[in-house]
Amino acid sequence: MASIIDIKDECSLHVRNFSFTYKGATTPSLKKVTMPIAKHSVTALIGPSGCGKTTLLRSFNRMHDLYPGNKYEGEIEFEGRNILDPKEDLIHLRTKIGMIFQKPTAFPMSIFDNVAYGMRLQGIKNKTELEGRVEKALQDAAIWKEVKDRLKHDANGLSGGQQQRLCIARAIAVEPEVLLFDEPTSALDPISTQGIEKLVIELKERVSIIIVTHNMQQAARVSDYTGFMYLGDLIELGHTEELFVTPKEKLTQEYITGKFG
Amino acid sequence: MTATQKRIIINRIALGFSTLSAIIALAFLFWILGVLVMKGVDSLSWSIFMFEGSPPGYAESGLKHALVGQLILVGLATLIGVPLGIMAGTYLSEYGKNSKLAHTIRDISDIMMSAPSIVIGAFVYAVVVMPMGHFSAWAGAIALAIIMIPIILRTTDDMLQLVPGTLREAAFALGAPKYKVIMDVVYRGAKAGILTGVLLGIARVGGETAPLLFTSFNDNFFTTDLNEAMPSLTVTMFNYAISPYDDWQQLGWAAAFILSMFILGLNIVGRLILLAGKRK
Repeated sequence: MASIIDIKDECSLHVRNFSFTYKGATTPSLKKVTMPIAKHSVTALIGPSGCGKTTLLRSFNRMHDLYPGNKYEGEIEFEGRNILDPKEDLIHLRTKIGMIFQKPTAFPMSIFDNVAYGMRLQGIKNKTELEGRVEKALQDAAIWKEVKDRLKHDANGLSGGQQQRLCIARAIAVEPEVLLFDEPTSALDPISTQGIEKLVIELKERVSIIIVTHNMQQAARVSDYTGFMYLGDLIELGHTEELFVTPKEKLTQEYITGKFG
Repeated sequence: MTATQKRIIINRIALGFSTLSAIIALAFLFWILGVLVMKGVDSLSWSIFMFEGSPPGYAESGLKHALVGQLILVGLATLIGVPLGIMAGTYLSEYGKNSKLAHTIRDISDIMMSAPSIVIGAFVYAVVVMPMGHFSAWAGAIALAIIMIPIILRTTDDMLQLVPGTLREAAFALGAPKYKVIMDVVYRGAKAGILTGVLLGIARVGGETAPLLFTSFNDNFFTTDLNEAMPSLTVTMFNYAISPYDDWQQLGWAAAFILSMFILGLNIVGRLILLAGKRK
């Protein structure tokens, strides 16, 4: 069956026997997935369309709860508790586990207000503190130099790649433990893609990162661990190099050599 | 004649007819505007804004009473109708979504939008004027607000739905509670559209006469008492226009001109805002 490596380092998330069923569906979209997510490293999720990688990603911050009727089973352990518990405080959870979307999602407000948004939600009103943390977040997202003279301008005036880095700045400004990336470069040009990949590698010093990607080269470039998913199952999880060079499962090998996909 | 030549000729004939029809339709519009401007501008003078109504033959007569009354009626209707319309539209787009209740509300609102406005006047007469025992500005404003609500409700609903779902998700993903997502992100994204809906709603009720006839009724004197009958430009225009007195008829033209420019202005501003919003 599945070949899941045992991660010796500290883990930030543990998925155990996790199944997920969308509203109205008869069969689950994720079937008893068990998977550790290593702390301060990048875990990539790859697999053909419809394999459940985005569904899994959106379970980590309970995004599915925005649309009633979906069903979680099993366990996702984070900071010592099961975040699938119906009593879980979703607002708190989402400040700890941030998300970057496929298309840039700059809010219709100024660049500064975009980055300050999450901090203001947490009740930070002190202007000096806000200014300091906004600058730091923009610097960490490698976009400070481009926007420092137009922080009051509308964020929608930025290019796609800049907007995506702005979204990353907005997410790291609230100092999360985990960042979820849902195909963050699929709407970007190659140069912007390079910038985002570089950023992902730098950010793992501070946060654990899970990235869903359609692009196997991208997974190979940025990640430490890679999980291959197929039809709602996690087929293999391994060190990225090993998984791409010497996959243990036949399905993985067929996928990475392009026999299907 | 080849098939191609035939097709070109048919094309020219069709194009000619449709252009002609468009010109005829537009000609009436400009004719109306032209007559209004000529007669209206002629009758305009500063005294119109300084004096209230007076019996025919008096030099010191004006439209101050009707202008102020119109502004009060439309302003009050806006204060009642806009919050209700926006909140109802927000419910439909953000909470009701595709539920049965939401669809029923949308259908009823669409029916209300095409209801004859005099019927709404009769309704308000029955539920407000009769119990109060007399005409009032309140009754007129309520009638106008009822006409305004479905317009604003529908544009708000439509405009909020145009805001991409991923923008809402992004706000939720930062730990925002739902009301914050709506206030901070969704409303901001739909700002231009909602404002346009509000302006078009105001423009629509600004020109209504029928629902005011037996709600706010009319008065020839200046008043700001909301519990009394209140003059409006539209009803005043009607009364002056059918009167046999020359000076009253002149005032009627002036009222028609002012009202048309007001509504035309609102419509143009509304469209400009929408255009500016789209260009971004």
